[in-house]
Amino acid sequence: MAETKELVKTLADRHGRTRESLIPILQGVVQQERYISSEAMTEIARELDISAAKVYGTATFYSFLDTQPRGKFVIRVCRTISCAMRGKSLIIQEIEDLLKIKVGETTQNRRFTLLETNCLGWCHKGPAMLVNDEVYTELTPERVRDIINEYMNK
Amino acid sequence: MPNNFLRRVDLIFDEDCNLKDVLKSTYQRSNDDIINELLESGLKGRGGAGFPTALKWKFTSEQPDADKYIVCNADEGEPGTFKDREILFKVPFKVFGGMAICAKVIGAKEGFLYLRGEYRFLLPELENQLKVFHSALNDLGINFTIKIVMGSGAYICGEESALFESMEGDRGEPRNKPPYPTVSGFRKKPTVINNVETLVYSFMIFRYGARKFKELGTADSRGSKVFSISGDTPKPGIYELELGMTVEQFVEEFGDGDTKAVQVGGASGFCVPRKKFKDTIIGFEGVPTGGSMMLFNSSRSMYNVLKNYLEFFEEESCGQCTPCRVGCQQLKLGIEAVKKGERHAVYLDQLQKLAQTMKITAKCGLGQSVANSFFSIVENFKEEMIY
Amino acid sequence: MAKKINLIIDGIPVTVDEGTTILHAAKQLNIHIPTLCYHDDLCVAGNCRVCVVEMKGARTLPASCAMPVAEGMEIMTNTIKVRTARKHIIELLLSEHNAQCTTCYKNGNCELQSLAAEYKISEPTFIDLVPLKNYQIDAFSPSIIKDDSKCIRCQRCVRTCEELQHVSALGVAYKGDKMKISTFFENPMFEVVCTNCGQCVNRCPTGALVERNYIDEVWDAIYNPDKHVVVQTAPAVRVALGEDLGVPTGEIVTGKMVSALRRLGFDSVLDTDFTADLTIMEEGFELLGRLKKVLVDKDSSVKLPMTTSCSPGWIKFIEHTYPEYLDNVSSCKSPQQMFGALAKTYYAQKRNVDPAKIVSVSIMPCTAKKFEADRPEMRSSGFKDVDYVLTTRELAVMIKQAGIDFGALPESRYDSFMGESSGAAVIFGATGGVMEAALRTAYEVVTGREVPFDGLNITPVRGMEGVREASIKIEQTQGDWKFLEGAVLKTVVAHGLTNAKKVMDAVRAGKGDWHFIEIMACPGGCLGGGGQPIPTSAEIRQKRADAIYREDAGKTIRKSHENPEIVSIYQEFLHEPNSHKSHELLHTHYKERQRY
Repeated sequence: MAETKELVKTLADRHGRTRESLIPILQGVVQQERYISSEAMTEIARELDISAAKVYGTATFYSFLDTQPRGKFVIRVCRTISCAMRGKSLIIQEIEDLLKIKVGETTQNRRFTLLETNCLGWCHKGPAMLVNDEVYTELTPERVRDIINEYMNK
Repeated sequence: MPNNFLRRVDLIFDEDCNLKDVLKSTYQRSNDDIINELLESGLKGRGGAGFPTALKWKFTSEQPDADKYIVCNADEGEPGTFKDREILFKVPFKVFGGMAICAKVIGAKEGFLYLRGEYRFLLPELENQLKVFHSALNDLGINFTIKIVMGSGAYICGEESALFESMEGDRGEPRNKPPYPTVSGFRKKPTVINNVETLVYSFMIFRYGARKFKELGTADSRGSKVFSISGDTPKPGIYELELGMTVEQFVEEFGDGDTKAVQVGGASGFCVPRKKFKDTIIGFEGVPTGGSMMLFNSSRSMYNVLKNYLEFFEEESCGQCTPCRVGCQQLKLGIEAVKKGERHAVYLDQLQKLAQTMKITAKCGLGQSVANSFFSIVENFKEEMIY
Repeated sequence: MAKKINLIIDGIPVTVDEGTTILHAAKQLNIHIPTLCYHDDLCVAGNCRVCVVEMKGARTLPASCAMPVAEGMEIMTNTIKVRTARKHIIELLLSEHNAQCTTCYKNGNCELQSLAAEYKISEPTFIDLVPLKNYQIDAFSPSIIKDDSKCIRCQRCVRTCEELQHVSALGVAYKGDKMKISTFFENPMFEVVCTNCGQCVNRCPTGALVERNYIDEVWDAIYNPDKHVVVQTAPAVRVALGEDLGVPTGEIVTGKMVSALRRLGFDSVLDTDFTADLTIMEEGFELLGRLKKVLVDKDSSVKLPMTTSCSPGWIKFIEHTYPEYLDNVSSCKSPQQMFGALAKTYYAQKRNVDPAKIVSVSIMPCTAKKFEADRPEMRSSGFKDVDYVLTTRELAVMIKQAGIDFGALPESRYDSFMGESSGAAVIFGATGGVMEAALRTAYEVVTGREVPFDGLNITPVRGMEGVREASIKIEQTQGDWKFLEGAVLKTVVAHGLTNAKKVMDAVRAGKGDWHFIEIMACPGGCLGGGGQPIPTSAEIRQKRADAIYREDAGKTIRKSHENPEIVSIYQEFLHEPNSHKSHELLHTHYKERQRY
């Protein structure tokens, strides 16, 4: 909690304390803590002197500004048409089996969260996914297994 | 039939150009001269809407405000579109250069590049490139800076006024228009907002002159365009092609021999069925496109395609206006109900009427365009919707 | 002068000022265009799209509320395209809406219902989305109930909370099909910065935001022969109640209201105006006392400027937003709570009724009063001082339920005692009224003369300007008040919390050198309160204000200290303003709350 407070303050020092700083600060919190807790939002509201409901409203608008606890590695598999046509279901199946979680869930050790997301802009190389900011394309069940295994050891 | 119309072009990724030279020569010209050249080129916005770029610049330049902005829309979120990513990866300096030319014309000191959150991995290199760019400007004595603003996963922010809202730290909800961005954009100041590709073409027009650009394409669709090609094709990828080809010519080149439909312009674009390939021109005189071309062969269910699009819209609508927020949900549930037999096939007619209402009453262009794919898929593949 | 624009609507030429919207231009031609998200008091949203019209040459149908007129524009408001689109939009809203109208609190007073009726929406065309939505009802607040299943997402509440009140307890959250109106983290309204002002309730077109009603509880008390039910009515109720009962806006219905309350079965019908006068005595003397302590005794523990404390929305706002100024707030309870404390003490003794058997009911123009009555600070009689708070709207419902023909009622007078009041109390209902009432008394206490304004009308503090300043020079002082000789008493009045914020920010910045600040949470003061009849608009509020000042002007007693019942209560019970007894019953302190 004290850490979150400190983080928000640092981010506000860096990005400023105007309304325009809100999204960069929210992004900064996600980069650090993988999600924006209610404490973090309260702190942001205080630093920027805006309503907490507005902070919440802005955060929940954006798919990447998670407001639920997430794992250290957030996997987002593209579900849009080209990736769907190229077998994203198999990729999700593989990840679900590997991590023993369903889409939308986080592993018990808070290492991984599995999500679906809309078009990632890799339609010619689907299926594609993001692990945090890192992109992986032309996925196959085998390849995704290797990738996840690599993250398991990180 | 020889495919003599489908011409590859290499303007966008052409590296035979020097940023400083282009800027130096362009900055020596008068603003009117610059606008006239751009007007002469016939360049229309490459994001999909196709507004003449020169007019956007001109209108903004005419505003009396002291603060004006040039914003590059790099919130490429249309399903099937990925060309801006490639451009920003390969030739970011041309994007910056286009912004700098616009800045001179309109009198902007600051520019912003709004990059979609899905492309955050591009950020470190873009920041490096930006440093190089700023130092070049410094050498030329040009007072202009560009800042990169990151999106966070919201398709609707590709709508220009929603993008400004997002840049201002708010929910990306489109504004009422008028006023248009040229009068009231970012921070309610006159703003030019151009797509990544549009800025690169602007830059290249000042590299080679309007004539070279104008030689390409048709009267309504001047120049070339970068296409993002995906789906059932043996050669998916990014191609710069001259405008004016028919879908048939396109399919001949990129199809897998079994193409039954091409979705032109992404989820918000139009589905062209095989029987219309021959008569449909890709461009403003036919089917306009931001560059997304998705091919579907006969193994694909167009019902699944449409359902996937509608799921996308249902989630990515900003939710503020009734026709888009509720309409998207109703269209999706409606086709599901017909498919499952819970509603009679005539319900599709009702949904078509609803789509028509969405097209004419939604607050923004994105809400209005949901109807495009709905109409063109339901009309052309009705059996697939029912059985 | 604004540039004139010529356009044609439904074939009729019209000339309007540049910047006018199509909606307003049509209004000038008496062409009605339906609206939902539009509200006169708020900025334009243009999100419901029900007001679309056809514009010649345009591919789409613009929203008339958001589209400014242009020279030569041709508008059609009634075409097949427009009609189909509007019908679709209403049907879409209904598909998302819990349309169990017969069991809805707003049944009969719902804009969506009226529109559906107007467009004769019969069979649901589209799929019912309600079962898929997991809608929540927040019924934790003693003031306001929020039912998401009734919400049409027009965002009037959000704009009200932000623009008029600068509270933003409500915001828009999520997007797409999940978009909803939400508090911070979807916490109950009770737990967030909501001031319970109810302005959102006044502007909600449907039943998504309503007051928490206590109609059944009050009936139960009335029917219970063991209970002695006392009712008090706030100053602003009498100028608005009629609107819900078929009386034209701006008519004062005090006499009929008193008759109606007797017919409903209340054992004693009394007036909050009496404690409004008492508030003036307590608060006036508190102000003079503070001035003395600051100016003469140089007591740094005493704070100036002093602010009023009658408005519970303002109190909760300052607790959240400017807690460091809580010592500047007058320690006086609001008239409602003074009345409550006296009902179960002074009144009980004098009438020889067991206070445990008294049920104290108040009729208020306000939803925040419900919260105020529930505060732990409000039990100085040894009981809950005010048991039930009903809004003006709830009282209208009860009158209808009792089968009373309100218009045909004879006029009657309040019971005595605690039923007499002065004109000064009446004007409590309008913004600036408390200030005017206080000045009438304080000036006379200090100088022995009436305030130097024609007909006692202190016009500089009247009106609907958001922030109004007035100063009054004090001369020829007498007795203990010589220290004020030649002083200029500076005052400021603000209504609506956005204006309150302006004043408090000035105080915080050291820019306002005022001595006395009146703040009312609601636009127009209590007459525009969150419990008043719906709809509300600047025009309606002005009519109510005019009625209030008419009532004041017609009163024989115009100054609080001249109210004979006030004179008696000090003689018999309280002894003097700010006495020990007063402090025990009529004064209190508030505590800091979380801002974020």
